[in-house]
Amino acid sequence: MNSADPKLPRHSNHRSHDPSGDLSGDRSEMPRAAETAARESAGLHVPSTRELFVGFLFLGLIGFGGVLPLARRMIVEERRWLDGDEFTELLGLCQFLPGGNIINLSVAVGLQFRGIPGAVAGLVGLIAAPSAIVIGLGVIYQRFNDSYIQHMFGGLAAAAAGLLVATALKMAMPLRGKPLALALAALFFVAMAVLRLPLLPTMAVLVPLSIFVSWRWIA
Amino acid sequence: MSAVLLSLAAIFAELSLLAFGGGNTILPEMQRQVVEIHHWMSAQDFSAMFALSQAAPGPNLMIVTLIGWRVAGWPGVLVATLAKFGPSSIVTGLSLHGWRRFKDAPWRRMVQTGLVPMTVGLVSASAWLITRASDPVWSLGIITAVCALVTFRTRVHPLWVLAGGALIGLSGIGQF
Repeated sequence: MNSADPKLPRHSNHRSHDPSGDLSGDRSEMPRAAETAARESAGLHVPSTRELFVGFLFLGLIGFGGVLPLARRMIVEERRWLDGDEFTELLGLCQFLPGGNIINLSVAVGLQFRGIPGAVAGLVGLIAAPSAIVIGLGVIYQRFNDSYIQHMFGGLAAAAAGLLVATALKMAMPLRGKPLALALAALFFVAMAVLRLPLLPTMAVLVPLSIFVSWRWIA
Repeated sequence: MSAVLLSLAAIFAELSLLAFGGGNTILPEMQRQVVEIHHWMSAQDFSAMFALSQAAPGPNLMIVTLIGWRVAGWPGVLVATLAKFGPSSIVTGLSLHGWRRFKDAPWRRMVQTGLVPMTVGLVSASAWLITRASDPVWSLGIITAVCALVTFRTRVHPLWVLAGGALIGLSGIGQF
């Protein structure tokens, strides 16, 4: 996909329908009228709750194998809800906290513009369509027991495993030449994959160790 | 609320708060809970669910929805989804205002750097466990290896890789 895709809607050009003009007296998360005006004059668009829902619904539908690059394009370049720096800053938070990056992003963006209803709209919008699709696939997997379908799902599962192996390799590349970091990664691997220890106690022991070692010798 | 729904809620709420470094890091613990502790499905079924969730669009962790559905039907979908996405979302919401203050703090960088080896180790563990359960026969192992290599070396879209794997699987070569 390239950024000149003509099918993508460009909401930023339709400011006349924007209901966000009368936001005075709103909750603290929501932009006040003055701030809204400032953002609009800076070429940005303040999304309504409905626009948040529709935007993230769209992301959930088109985001195959990694939603993040598409999220940036939609939020920053096409709909202009945030400028590039704001997006990077918000993404930094979402990557730092637990939970999927894009899930957290839908919550953070929604909350910032429209408070809790906005956060719910963003999150529900993002997961609604993928939930329906994945359950549909699950029904097919369970319903059709003939050998063709089973073989097909066998191949699909093998390919999905391959994608995961590639992800792991790509993530490990920056650790090349850092034997201590690799050793720490190996500790986590052995604890989870070989010893099959529970995650919570593993993290309780290994995360402080990892942070201390990284801080003292690696970073 | 049935015992199964309570278990689903407890498992995914805990995983929600432990999912540092994105969804793939918690697959080993999810598999341990779903397959080894609760025996809701076989390891191979778990891998199939993972594959289905990769073939669907959207965020990484749609496998959660699928597990909820498989284990307890529609109530399971609702409970698993809420438990998986609720707690981490609340943490995100609560952190939003503080972030500007702590994003430049030295400890923030320290913690984030320290979490990198964990993410790599956990995603590698996920890859190992999913591969082992997905490839009961050598022919499927070859599909995995080729898909991994293609994805690692080229910029081919993951959807094509999945479609290719499914097609080779459909041909049934070696899967008897």
